Amino acid sequence: MNPDNGKITIDAEGCKGCGLCVEACKPGLLSLSGRLNHNGYRVAEYAGQGCNGCGLCFYVCPEPGVLTVYKLVAEGAFA
Amino acid sequence: MPEYRPVQERSRSFFPLFERKPDNQNATHYCPGCGHGIVHKLIARAIDDLGIQDRAILISPVGCSVFAYFYFDTGNVQVAHGRAPAVATAIKRARPDAIVISYQGDGDLAAIGTAEILHAAARDENFTTIFINNAIYGMTGGQLAPTSMVGQKSTTTPAGRSIWNEGYPLHVCEVLNTLDGPAYIERVALGDNKMILYAAKAIRAAIQAQMDRRGFSFVEVLSPCPTVWGKDPVAAQQWVRDEMTKVYPLGVIRDRDPWTHPIPVPPPPFAFPSGAPPLLAKPDEPVDYRIKVAGFGGQGVLLLGELLAEAGLQAGLSVSWLPSYGPEMRSGTSHCHVRLSSEEVDSPLVTNPNVLIALNEPSLRKFLHTVEPGGWVFFNGDAIPADCARADVRAVALPMTSLAVQTAGDAKATNMVMLGVVQQALHLLPAAAVDQAMHSLIHSERWLAIDHMALNAGSHRYQERCHV
Repeated sequence: MNPDNGKITIDAEGCKGCGLCVEACKPGLLSLSGRLNHNGYRVAEYAGQGCNGCGLCFYVCPEPGVLTVYKLVAEGAFA
Repeated sequence: MPEYRPVQERSRSFFPLFERKPDNQNATHYCPGCGHGIVHKLIARAIDDLGIQDRAILISPVGCSVFAYFYFDTGNVQVAHGRAPAVATAIKRARPDAIVISYQGDGDLAAIGTAEILHAAARDENFTTIFINNAIYGMTGGQLAPTSMVGQKSTTTPAGRSIWNEGYPLHVCEVLNTLDGPAYIERVALGDNKMILYAAKAIRAAIQAQMDRRGFSFVEVLSPCPTVWGKDPVAAQQWVRDEMTKVYPLGVIRDRDPWTHPIPVPPPPFAFPSGAPPLLAKPDEPVDYRIKVAGFGGQGVLLLGELLAEAGLQAGLSVSWLPSYGPEMRSGTSHCHVRLSSEEVDSPLVTNPNVLIALNEPSLRKFLHTVEPGGWVFFNGDAIPADCARADVRAVALPMTSLAVQTAGDAKATNMVMLGVVQQALHLLPAAAVDQAMHSLIHSERWLAIDHMALNAGSHRYQERCHV
């Protein structure tokens, strides 16, 4: 199986559970989990696979550093 | 293992940690789903992309975004409510190479600060304004804003905004578009993914316009306030998209063609018209007199200050004269701030004078404690009252009003006696400069003669007996 083109990480402690990223993700890979962070927010969660690295979730997230979007480095590509 | 590299991450223009709250230094103070955070990210991204972090200066307003300086790792100035355009003007003019981004909400820009933004736009000041319009007062708890929409409920319009009582919302972009000044005006929204990407482009274009010295650039961002609107963040986003954009249409409203409106060339520095009196040579010693002249209205307080400033100008110094007086032309209290300096005058305000000229006792009592240690105090009276004397200043007290009556025949010449005393004591300015200043400010021959008598009387009396 080919690896996904993208992946994201979410800083659960900074997330405020607003759900805008859930709404923005076209393939529907994000959801609000049942887990609460130390502020009592239900944090956003990535399904773990399927991300294409489009970055829309990053743009709609109001927090500067909670979401980070990565893209696959093509094999054999020069860094 | 497949290898990944970050493509969207925290902008370099944000601080790595936000120090405001010790318990969570990775998050802003904004509510979940707030538009401010998104716009902050778009601005930070534009600063990153344009490579201007080292010369960007962000002006944060009053309102929810008052703490923007905790987030942006750029120059920051937090200003009084509504006054961001005035401060941005000053900063941009003082530091033309800085990229000045003024950030204001609708309560700030469209209510208390309406005058400032109108005039900054009309003057075509070369800075960028990002205007966050969420149609409500957010920080203060949801009162009606000038931008609230007809029918919109707020704590001050519980039945909704009525055109009969509160009138119509203010369309700031359209108002500014009536002016000749602005170079770039656009309205964008945070209503969905696509709109947010447009907003990113608009903010970047506005900052670019400033970098190209094209003039005033303005971006209005329709932005959600889920908490005060009482909606969840996703519903608030939809409300921006479906309701706000009906009232506030999106798009580029002004994009002035730089070819038909070339960048103006700054005028040459001010020069006296021909025939102005030649300036005397600058003094050899550096001079920095911070003078406060105080008395009651009608004593010639302001004229005395103006004479000092005018004479300083004649003597080749940098000067300022800042009057402060009540509405009464006579008998109210009045004072003025005068600076005479061989360097450029940074502020015309004199808070701690090194020379206090008090023409009456209330003024002495009011300002004596502000005098810098080692400074001079000149008082119109027989002696400094014992209960307000200070050991660390040099004080001169002479009954100047009676001296004016005796020698010049008029109590109104008290201020000139004072000038004579001060001149004799400090040798503030060359006598020729004072003479020139008197000729240019006192137009009546009769008064010129009286004032010269009073001036001489003051300086002679100081020579005879002085320190108290």
